[in-house]
Amino acid sequence: MSAAREEMLGRVRQAVEDAEPPPDTCADPAYRTTLDMGGAELLDLFAGRVADYRATVTRVSGDGVADALAAACHEHEVARLGVPAGLPDRLRPAGVELVEDARLSATQLDRLDGALTGAAVGIAETGTIVLDGGPTSGRRALTLVPDLHLCVIEADQVVGLLPEAIERLQPAVRKGQPLTFVSGPSATSDIELIRVEGVHGPRTLHVILVG
Amino acid sequence: MSALPRVRVVAPGAMPQRPFPDAAREALGDSQLRRNIGHATATIRDKRAKVVAELPDWEQLRDAGAAIKDRALLSLDEQLVRLEEAVTGAGGTVHWARDGGEANEIVTALVRNAGAHEVVKVKSIATDEIGLNEALQDAGIGAVETDLAELIIQLAGDVQSHILVPAIHLNRAEIRDVFARELDAEDLPDEPAALAEVARRHLRRKFLEARVGVSGANFAVAETGTVCVVESEGNGRMCTTLPEVLISVMGIEKVLASFRDLEVMLALLPRSSTGERMNPYTSLWTGVTDDDGPREFHLVLLDNGRTQALSDKVGRQALRCIRCSACLNVCPVYSRTGGHAYGSVYPGPIGAILTPQLVGVENASSLPFASSLCGACYEVCPVKIDIPSVLVDLRRQVVDEQRSRPGVGAKVSPERRAMEGLARAFSSRRGYETLQRAGRLAQWPLARGRGHIGALPGPLAGWSSARDLPVVPEQTFREWWRSRR
Repeated sequence: MSAAREEMLGRVRQAVEDAEPPPDTCADPAYRTTLDMGGAELLDLFAGRVADYRATVTRVSGDGVADALAAACHEHEVARLGVPAGLPDRLRPAGVELVEDARLSATQLDRLDGALTGAAVGIAETGTIVLDGGPTSGRRALTLVPDLHLCVIEADQVVGLLPEAIERLQPAVRKGQPLTFVSGPSATSDIELIRVEGVHGPRTLHVILVG
Repeated sequence: MSALPRVRVVAPGAMPQRPFPDAAREALGDSQLRRNIGHATATIRDKRAKVVAELPDWEQLRDAGAAIKDRALLSLDEQLVRLEEAVTGAGGTVHWARDGGEANEIVTALVRNAGAHEVVKVKSIATDEIGLNEALQDAGIGAVETDLAELIIQLAGDVQSHILVPAIHLNRAEIRDVFARELDAEDLPDEPAALAEVARRHLRRKFLEARVGVSGANFAVAETGTVCVVESEGNGRMCTTLPEVLISVMGIEKVLASFRDLEVMLALLPRSSTGERMNPYTSLWTGVTDDDGPREFHLVLLDNGRTQALSDKVGRQALRCIRCSACLNVCPVYSRTGGHAYGSVYPGPIGAILTPQLVGVENASSLPFASSLCGACYEVCPVKIDIPSVLVDLRRQVVDEQRSRPGVGAKVSPERRAMEGLARAFSSRRGYETLQRAGRLAQWPLARGRGHIGALPGPLAGWSSARDLPVVPEQTFREWWRSRR
């Protein structure tokens, strides 16, 4: 297929020979790249925007995480919870069976009651959580196949705007890690534009915001 | 325009089969369709306006979006080579396809190599453009559409009518009937939540067992080799994560130069598209990752008329399009006719400029005229495509093309004759004033004192069937001006 490659590249070169590409606009952006907002206000905005997507948000102090997670498991009637192998002990609730995701098959994941992970970044303005495939975010399938996603995010992981998140995610991308931006539970508006939560991804997203 | 030789384009999904006015007349006669489309477009319009108004820097983001796409397009040869290097370096394989046929052959061979007889697909207009599903079917491979709307369309044996919500022309009762018939779902209520539940159950097994996933791409970053799919339901995550082999078919215009460019594009797309601050799921992957996701990743780069469009100095801006569909929802033509009238997988204002450029103006000559040139599309476009200007330029190309055809058809058309006569009359004061005086006399039997002219006779009847012409006044401005001196 290298003939196709050469022909396509040749045609592109011929097509744009009259033009000069404009300079990189991101180098000196005219749009906002940071949100001028204090810590408490920023967390309020984040929590509010996540909740707008009909996700559940629980806010706890640092030493209340395990209790909050146990309560969430009770609330969602979870008995078996999938977790990434790298999830720290302080994020592991008591009273439920924790199944470490050591390359669980899709079918095995489908039998879990839910998944519990950390996150890489939170974006306040859009109410978005970014998972980066790292030790606490886990593999992509873990937060996709089970019907419930419990996600713990720390206060210092929350940024104001998308450009701030992109900045923080650069190292992970350069290492080839997959990223997933999650903004609320799975949803569709394909039928008469009426929003329905939960088609193929987790129908319940419960975010625990720490700090 | 540079003299880029035309090449074969294989785009069964983008090739209109009949002129827009004929198809539009039929669509306008379907009152259920008009109700469905009118309701849907009004709803998304309002949602979009609300979330766009939240951002104080929306206009700056639009400027940046246009510049980012132009930067990538005008150095596309360099970006494609960088993308290939980065994807290959991350363990993926890049394929080059000059046209739809070549892309279909590549995908078919890859699926066969994987030993699969079925693939799961996430909504991709590029694969609809090239008729991939039909090509796979001919090779004995089933293609399962997993986007809810695409599934509805596939089960109904219908075609999509909107870029974002392809089943926008069907209401819940019609969809319930499709599911009841095709999925044996008896006693199904027509609640959207219940219908979505049926789709979830139907597709879950397919996802868990699929060996090959096929996707399009919203963006691909040349710098890092990262491919991006933006979606809502989770079917995109399923298709790009669970199968062993992932094949992504991407038009070459989807490439971005830098990873940072996403900070603009991911702000523009969801707000313009679904009217949300952010869509539920955005997946970004770079080649293959150990123990996470597919073991094989193939990226198919598709030309299929895109380099032809790129060579057009006016029309190339259409390649900035990020398929948000905001222009469809604000268009006074689209919101009445719906998407089928455009006869292409790219409907609406963007389709009216993209389709003729992809398949050639001679194959879609009525589309550049399917617009009132009101400019609403330009105002909402997140990458500032000046659709009205491209439409006008394409109209010129259509006229030039018809004029250059052998034979006398276009040369003696009444429209051409009338335009030539007007051009002569308007080129001198005397000619213009003579025409005004002649018009005042000639209009008498047509206007009959009504202040406007309704129907014109003979060859002009078609032109005047939907237009009223003002009468020449008793006294023109020039006559009034002279009388005052």
